[in-house]
Amino acid sequence: MWKWLHPYAKAQTSYELAGKLVPWFVAVCSISFVVGLVWGLAFAPADYQQGDSFRIIYIHVPSAIMSMGAYTSMAIAAFIGLVWQIRLADMAVAAMAPVGAVFTFIALFTGAAWGKPMWGAWWVWDARLTSELILLFLYLGVIALYNAFSDKVLAGRAAGILTLVGVVNIPIIHYSVEWWNTLHQGATITKFAKPSIDSSMLWPLLIMLLAFKAFFGALMLMRFRNEILQRECHRPWVKALVMQEK
Amino acid sequence: MSNAFYQVLRRELLTAFRRIADVFNPLWFFIIVITLFPLGVGPEPQLLMRIAPGIIWVAALLSSLLSLERLFKDDFSDGGLEQLMLSPYPLPLLVTAKMIAHWLLTGLPIILISPLIAVLLSLDLTTYWAVLLTLLIGTPVLSFIGAIGVALTVGLRKGGIILSLIMLPLCIPVLIFSTMAIDAASFNQSFVGPLAILGAMSIASITLAPFAVAAALRVSVS
Repeated sequence: MWKWLHPYAKAQTSYELAGKLVPWFVAVCSISFVVGLVWGLAFAPADYQQGDSFRIIYIHVPSAIMSMGAYTSMAIAAFIGLVWQIRLADMAVAAMAPVGAVFTFIALFTGAAWGKPMWGAWWVWDARLTSELILLFLYLGVIALYNAFSDKVLAGRAAGILTLVGVVNIPIIHYSVEWWNTLHQGATITKFAKPSIDSSMLWPLLIMLLAFKAFFGALMLMRFRNEILQRECHRPWVKALVMQEK
Repeated sequence: MSNAFYQVLRRELLTAFRRIADVFNPLWFFIIVITLFPLGVGPEPQLLMRIAPGIIWVAALLSSLLSLERLFKDDFSDGGLEQLMLSPYPLPLLVTAKMIAHWLLTGLPIILISPLIAVLLSLDLTTYWAVLLTLLIGTPVLSFIGAIGVALTVGLRKGGIILSLIMLPLCIPVLIFSTMAIDAASFNQSFVGPLAILGAMSIASITLAPFAVAAALRVSVS
């Protein structure tokens, strides 16, 4: 059943597959980004209470969801790398970490920019904000640990273990708004019930979510390709590739 | 198997007591950090009582961080760690003994001197009980989670700063719930809730951390 997967354990095959996938992700990302952004910022109705400033959710919510999604993907890759000893999975962890960290930062930054006019403060020490900040620290820890090793094979495995240890934070962030009575509002779309947002505002949000997912995929694949090239730079196929590009 | 566990525990305690200064230094550090706060924010008893939980826990976190490297560093450089990993006994069991020894040498002394801290920060009796209970339940988490960080960084030449970068975020939940419990106690409210969550974290880290530490050591020592 898994036989079709075996060739991709080889770095060269994965490199080529990633190269083929990147244009698709870039295409999906750019189309949905333009559509979602124009629809959300120009055509979606203004909120009855918040006016136009609610529109920041079209950046804030997708990046917040992706900050957790990126970490979960990292944890899955780290698990695969640890259990089945697949080196490429460790490379994927290293490729995803900085992208996820930037998504987390964007979520925190846009949240602060929205919080100033709405809550009257750039920052409050509320459960969801704090746990998102811890998530940023976790990302930075993984990146720092990965960079501290000069042997990148060891670095990938160590970063993988740290990622798995830190994954306990993900459910805490997601449910923090339900477990604690906090200032941050509850989940709007990521729940098993009818979304508590009008469909005229929901559709652009879903398109933006797709755009961010494709954006993450494209960036991650590009970094993954670089990671493979850097780690395999002594292999003949990489040398052949470089000579060919000249 | 339990014999191996006790042998490792005994050896850890013995080597620590042969160099008793290593046991006391983190404790001095703890007391010095605590004295810094009244000097920094002013000596009013009301104010001190209000910020005492934060002071105590931040100081405990920093002093445990300071003593963590000792957990595997010496054994790593003299090859003892390799011998431990080559032994026929399960590695998670042996590292559990090391981590318990670490708690006995760093967590327990803090609990023993906590009455002194209570006097320094002018705590009342109920608050002091909360401080004692949170320290008793919470400090093992610091030792066990910290051990994961040490195991990951032990092979690095400058592991100290990386250790604090990766360990402190993981310890923030302990800090949050401990101070929540002490805060509730200082207002004469029930603090069973946060204490129970702290207990859950403690049990989870004691049962799961040994496996993570063993996996991390296998990466570092190779």
